[in-house]
Amino acid sequence: MSEFLAQYAFLIVPIIKIAILVFLVLTVDAYLTWIERKVIAHIQARWGPHRVGPHGLLQPLADGVKFIFKEDPMPANVDKAAYFLAPFITLMLALTSLAVIPFGPQRFTVFGYETHVGIADVNISLLVLFAITALGVYGVALAGWASNSKYSLLGGLRSSAQMISYELALTLSVVGVLLIAGDFSLRSIVEKQAGSGHGLLSWNIFPQIIGFVCFFIAAIAETNRVPFDLPEAESELVAGFHTEYASMKFAMFFIAEYTSMITVSCLATIMFFGGWLSPFPDSWTFTHYLPSVILIPFGLWVIFDGIRYENLFGRIVLPGVGTALAAIGAALIVFPPVNDVVQGVFWFFAKVFTFLFVYIWMRGTLPRFRYDQLMSFGWKFLLPVSIANVVLTSVVILWRMH
Amino acid sequence: MTAPLFIFFVLAAVAVLGAISLIVQRHPIHSALSLIVVMVALAGLYLLMGAEFVAAVQIIVYGGAIMVLFVFVIMLLNAGEEERTNFSKLATYAGIPLALAVTGLIAAALVRSSGSLPAPVPSGALTSTKALSMLLFSEFVYPFELTSFLILVAILGAIVLAQREN
Repeated sequence: MSEFLAQYAFLIVPIIKIAILVFLVLTVDAYLTWIERKVIAHIQARWGPHRVGPHGLLQPLADGVKFIFKEDPMPANVDKAAYFLAPFITLMLALTSLAVIPFGPQRFTVFGYETHVGIADVNISLLVLFAITALGVYGVALAGWASNSKYSLLGGLRSSAQMISYELALTLSVVGVLLIAGDFSLRSIVEKQAGSGHGLLSWNIFPQIIGFVCFFIAAIAETNRVPFDLPEAESELVAGFHTEYASMKFAMFFIAEYTSMITVSCLATIMFFGGWLSPFPDSWTFTHYLPSVILIPFGLWVIFDGIRYENLFGRIVLPGVGTALAAIGAALIVFPPVNDVVQGVFWFFAKVFTFLFVYIWMRGTLPRFRYDQLMSFGWKFLLPVSIANVVLTSVVILWRMH
Repeated sequence: MTAPLFIFFVLAAVAVLGAISLIVQRHPIHSALSLIVVMVALAGLYLLMGAEFVAAVQIIVYGGAIMVLFVFVIMLLNAGEEERTNFSKLATYAGIPLALAVTGLIAAALVRSSGSLPAPVPSGALTSTKALSMLLFSEFVYPFELTSFLILVAILGAIVLAQREN
């Protein structure tokens, strides 16, 4: 058995890692919908979901069951092949793009096979991501075309035009980062940002603030989120390209959208905000206790909140969850080696979560663009600014060289 | 069979089947989709030869940008299924032998020169992105710039044609 494992470790280890990542991402996607509904509800002075489980925490589970058991009607005269292919393409590409993202600095050995936190360490990972983004248009365009519905077709056409336009700005906005790093590999882009151990001062965000603004705007447009959610503008197009999809096929579009939100947040973290690097200087070792300092009070608050909860189920479950969180926090203090391992992943996910929150925050705040505004903003403002950023960065780099 | 050879045959089969499907399909959108499959399979073949930059650019430019325009135009024109006509006499009597002859010629050329063909470099210095850009911007800078100039002229031409009515 161990011989077999050692011989085929190069196959078995990635498969295990893929299974873990897909499970984690789908869970995060599910709870992202819960967070989104809660945050927007509180922005609009509502409660949001709170019937299914304590604080509505089992709502994603209920939604999942609903998606599986719902009737799945197919409109008449659809182009069957394209109609079925579209949600699969969308979800497959969204999940594939996560494969090249490095989540942490560690390298470890399993079954004699050296590996790292993340699926694949490709030396052109950024280009791979752009290639996957470029193919992502087909899912939306095909879904709109194949549904045999005017609303879907208009949504699909709008969306493909939007994605083509903003893809250019997206690609050009990261050229500045590439010029600074001199490498397409996301791992080495992060490692270059470590600098000489002064924490956040050596992150790419300071020299590349223009690039970051362009990147984030273009990325929101690429993921079809507010204020760029023209493809599914419900007041004009019912639900855009996925109007005719129901049940699990609709859920696939939904999961793909949330997964690409996660990918974009990871990418922004890696390229501009130092990835898994701590924002504090290396010499401040006391900041290593930050995960515990957050987890223990949060766990205690969950216990305190739980014992007063309105129903018995909540009074049992919430204190249990709170105790678990506080116990993890305490364990990190007791076992310093574990704490050191957790640092990178902690910072990475803290930053990614911040970006996801900004996404939701914007959805609760900003109105939708008009279509001509969207196009002229993309072509006449975002694209020239990203090109100017490339020129400016190259000039500064040349200046420094001489 | 070694793993790279196996992957090669899988990708090659996908590329050939996609190309056949491109011709056989009756709906323009299905043909365009088959062409995308061919492009992606070709990118896989480039990757197998260690040309990772070319593979990525193949998908970004051909698979993404150009084919999106094809699909976009087909969708916008709402082109329906093509009618199938009976084979013309010219296609039957001249086309099929000619196609066979060309295929035979290429196959014969490949078989003859198979000994002298250089083996692909697994991940050589020549194919790395940095080396490729060094070559493009030093040794081949004139052809490179001339090509971009040609593309610029084509873009201007397209704009002029589109705006002629105003």
